[in-house]
Amino acid sequence: MVDFLTSTVGAPGWLAWTVAALVSAILILNVIAGGALVFIWAERKVAARIQDRLGPTRTGGRFGWLQSLADGIKLLAKEDLMPEGADGLLFRLAPYVSFCASFAAFIALPFAFDVVGLRLNVAVFFVVAVLGLEVFGVILAGYASASKWSLFGAMREAAQVVSYEVPLGMCVVVPVMLAGSMDMVTIAEKQAGWFWNWYLFHDPFTFVIFWVFVTCAVASVNRAPFDLAEAESELVAGFHTEYSGLRWSFFFMAEYGSMILVSAMAAILFLGGWNGPIPVATLVGLSDGTGDTAPYVVRLFGLANLLGKATLGVLMMMWIRWTLPRLRIDQVMTTCLKYCTPIAAVMFAGVMLWQVLLPGGLVPGVRRPGGEIREGWLEGPGGRRAAVAETVAADSEKVAKVMP
Amino acid sequence: MMPLAIAASPILAFAPLVAAINWHSVFFLLFAVIACGFAIAVVAADNIVRMALYLVFSLGAVAGLFFLAGAEFVGAMQLMIYVGGTLVLLVFGVMLTAQTPFVAIKSSGGDRVLAGFVAAALFATLLLASLSVPAWRQPASGVVQAPTATPLGMALVGVRVDEAPAGSPKGGHSRRYLLPFEIISIHLLVVLVGAAYLARAKRRKTPRAIEVAASAEPPASVAAHAAHAKLGRSDRSSSVLTGGSE
Repeated sequence: MVDFLTSTVGAPGWLAWTVAALVSAILILNVIAGGALVFIWAERKVAARIQDRLGPTRTGGRFGWLQSLADGIKLLAKEDLMPEGADGLLFRLAPYVSFCASFAAFIALPFAFDVVGLRLNVAVFFVVAVLGLEVFGVILAGYASASKWSLFGAMREAAQVVSYEVPLGMCVVVPVMLAGSMDMVTIAEKQAGWFWNWYLFHDPFTFVIFWVFVTCAVASVNRAPFDLAEAESELVAGFHTEYSGLRWSFFFMAEYGSMILVSAMAAILFLGGWNGPIPVATLVGLSDGTGDTAPYVVRLFGLANLLGKATLGVLMMMWIRWTLPRLRIDQVMTTCLKYCTPIAAVMFAGVMLWQVLLPGGLVPGVRRPGGEIREGWLEGPGGRRAAVAETVAADSEKVAKVMP
Repeated sequence: MMPLAIAASPILAFAPLVAAINWHSVFFLLFAVIACGFAIAVVAADNIVRMALYLVFSLGAVAGLFFLAGAEFVGAMQLMIYVGGTLVLLVFGVMLTAQTPFVAIKSSGGDRVLAGFVAAALFATLLLASLSVPAWRQPASGVVQAPTATPLGMALVGVRVDEAPAGSPKGGHSRRYLLPFEIISIHLLVVLVGAAYLARAKRRKTPRAIEVAASAEPPASVAAHAAHAKLGRSDRSSSVLTGGSE
């Protein structure tokens, strides 16, 4: 975009950077806000259908399309309350902290090939790190509300998020290892082609670890059955008990933003990102399977593809929420420490073994080879590939000397 | 195109001025001021949770400085380890002060003098160290396009790509950090397991305790509990989704 502005339009460098940054920021903001609007309506409909009700039917036509908008206007008109004993500064700050963390993580999330706010070399790591910051808002809200319900919710949330970051990190490492890069664009590009190239179907271990990832992702965005921080049957509304109006809606925007984020992340890491199950663009000759040469219409379809997958992920989270009962705090901890973490660790080791023993997959030649270092400066005669091999050989020689 | 040009003309009038600014330095100063300002606020604040929050902002600004320098990996590390670690600090702060809300930590005058002395001494040392460097390297302007994570990983196994002579494929120094790194990780893991073992809830399995545990939840109460939970869920559909936090 910056290149386009400077070369085609002829804008000076600083203006090009500013415009590009603003466009990215506004687009991301709209993804979060628009997504929240649509998904809150969808959540009502999904919940209603699961409970054998109709849900919203009147606002804005037959299916209640405008229900979220009506809710938004109602929230705007609500009185902004603050408890008497609250810590004013922190109470006001908390919703924005939550929302900003959710927003910042989107900066590094690619929506199609190179359709990304900022292509980071360590995008996966960045997103996981920033996603963990959302909990600050929740803890601040719980503390500053000067209410016991809120404080309980916040402490549960803290315990939950700190625990679930461990298995989540382990699950995220697997696609990184298979792709040989932490760049999300590269990870998704490595899964181009037919759907058996997706890391979900890479081997049995990745298939299992995907579901561990789903569990941890649901837990890390506080959706039921892991929504102990709000647990309305025990804690009224948990950390946002004392909030109302616009501040309250910021928490919900952050929640729905994070849902879209983790769903898109699951799509990119395991479900091929913007590559559809069938490589239509390659079959009709629009592209040769790599993102660099594809025309913009292919990227547009890729965008639709990724958003479709993310939407499916969010709908699945809703399905889970309205089907399963909430876990107790000890069950949440058991799920994390006794199930998710060991399963993730074993699967991680399994994927490594699979990569060593069967690098080409069960049927050789069908799948693209994985786990290569794809950065250009490593390859070629002056590259470092040979150096790594040399070092490894020297190491094994030494080991052989020490241990005959 | 014409209206756009007209709209942009007042902006473009400042173009020579704006183009003359070194934006890299501007952003550096911005992040530096945020980091230092909140660092002072940490010391000046008297509420432990606010202190932790200011520390988060300060450390976050330092992460911003790393991103500005093109060290994305270090920046993300800063976010994950330091900012994320402060989360635990925050939780402890809340837990320690939750008995009496918003307790103010007042330090005595003597403490302040002592702290000021130590801080001044540290600052002087840092200032001397930084001024004694003969020449700082010029900061790279603009976004640095460098693959940051891979050279770090390569250096860990002994291939220093940054110090390699132009012709040879082998890195300059072949100092390997993998083994020390792994030893430290295992050590930390042992410490963690030990801490978890020491801090675990100690249950005494006396016959009395087992009896109580067995009789705590007879089947009837389990059913009642389940019914209660179900009621709560249907409440939620009406209260949470309509935006009712009241």
